[in-house]
Amino acid sequence: MIPSSFAYHKPSTVDEAIQMLQDAGEDAKLLAGGHSLIPAMKLRMNSPSALIDLRGISGLRYIRQEGNAIAIGAASTHHDIIDSNLVQSHLAMMVQAGSQIGDIQVRNMGTIGGSIAHADPAADWPACLIAADASIEMKGPNGTRTVAAEDFFLGLYYTALEEGEIITEVKIPIPAPGTKSSYVKFHQPASRFAIVGCAVMMKSSGGTCQSIRVGFTGVSDMAFRDTDLEDAIRGKELSAANVEAASQVAAAGKDILGDHFASTDYRLHLARVFAARAIHAAS
Amino acid sequence: MGISIEVNVNGEKRHSEVDARLLLVHYLRDTLGLTGTHVGCDTSNCGACTVLVDGKAVKSCTMLAVQANGAEVKTIEGMAENGELHPLQSSFKEAHGLQCGFCTPGMIMTAANLLERNSNPSEEEIRHALEGNFCRCTGYHNIVKAIQLAAQQLT
Ligand SMILES: Cc1cc2nc3c(=O)[nH]c(=O)nc-3n(C[C@H](O)[C@H](O)[C@H](O)COP(=O)(O)OP(=O)(O)OC[C@H]3O[C@@H](n4cnc5c(N)ncnc54)[C@H](O)[C@@H]3O)c2cc1C
Ligand code: FES
Ligand code: FES
Repeated sequence: MIPSSFAYHKPSTVDEAIQMLQDAGEDAKLLAGGHSLIPAMKLRMNSPSALIDLRGISGLRYIRQEGNAIAIGAASTHHDIIDSNLVQSHLAMMVQAGSQIGDIQVRNMGTIGGSIAHADPAADWPACLIAADASIEMKGPNGTRTVAAEDFFLGLYYTALEEGEIITEVKIPIPAPGTKSSYVKFHQPASRFAIVGCAVMMKSSGGTCQSIRVGFTGVSDMAFRDTDLEDAIRGKELSAANVEAASQVAAAGKDILGDHFASTDYRLHLARVFAARAIHAAS
Repeated sequence: MGISIEVNVNGEKRHSEVDARLLLVHYLRDTLGLTGTHVGCDTSNCGACTVLVDGKAVKSCTMLAVQANGAEVKTIEGMAENGELHPLQSSFKEAHGLQCGFCTPGMIMTAANLLERNSNPSEEEIRHALEGNFCRCTGYHNIVKAIQLAAQQLT
């Protein structure tokens, strides 16, 4: 399978890329790792007139501490992230999620910026970024703006990113001491994408949940924060019975996806089971 | 059409004019004649097309040749040195890690990336590393053994 023809541009700075994106017209697309875009182009589900390759922009690939946050350049690969000492020492859930994305080859090419821009409802990073209270920085012809991860995902393959904008950075606050995080995932058996993925960032003391943020992926047509579940466990002792009871409100009121891998009822059941597992794993 | 690229393939600099939409796997097989890299699924799943790009395992059916401009690419043809099989190649032979052999080049390139990151992987780590490489013949058991054998020989 061969993609249809397109023009190819390789900028070396973000500003140059923004300019090229404007000049190339509305059918132009950014190319990061290509691991969502190229398969779609080969199937002719996507036929951009031009590709603007971000891999030549060295200033988009970094992972560093900035004040009290970890800043991840949008073109950092999944492998860069799970291999980072900084991420390993503060964000267990990012390592757990990243090492379950696809396979070695996918992790070597796919990027965090590409993953969140694509906004596949079964992608792993979105749940983590929501639970971690990350913010997403975008740059376009009108300057730079930042959106909280929980407000970024708006629907099926649909985000707050506007025409002409490039995601430049994901910024994750370093969790306060005593905070633990986890990501658990029920895999689609062939593609390895999430049928259900649950990310939890929780601070507990003396076996009681002090504060918690929960992000889900795979369950609905977009990743979301589950505040009902957070409210149901906050302030409670993290006993098996309490966690089990709280997990019953997981994904309540959401439009649950159903397909031939997991019906709506089964997905909701999985959301509850994986919510409980993720909370226990972060206790 | 006609983008000029320079790729170091198996230690040799190659200059070519390519169409932007040319996939790396077709560049290797059709333009350079390196047919050791196979096309299995052509849908980014099976890993038969795996090569190393700057030392990292990549599915060459999911990368454009222009994306490899300036990179070092290693294919199965580049594994043997001075007529001697790479330990991964000889241990696949030794441990019966192949039957039809179609998946083998991809398996070996992924295994090379694994051993570069982890010189002494456990069985579980090997199986996790091969998630993106399908074999329809062997049942994987002897592939895992072959990689363990190669790991011993390489250390
Ligand atoms: C076999 C296979 C298995 C996979 N399994 C999983 C899995 O288990 N979990 C998972 O989460 N993902 C999985 N993926 C998807 C993978 O993680 C992709 O790499 C990722 O979704 C897209 O990232 P990319 O860098 O490859 O983006 P690309 O494919 O290059 O781009 C994707 C889209 O994002 C846009 N884009 C890219 N970068 C930016 C940017 N900086 N700013 C704005 N827009 C941008 C592009 O224009 C395009 O529309 C899998 C992919 C494959 C092929
Ligand atoms: S041919 Fe490339 S992954 Fe199957
Ligand atoms: S040996 Fe035949 S596919 Fe693996």
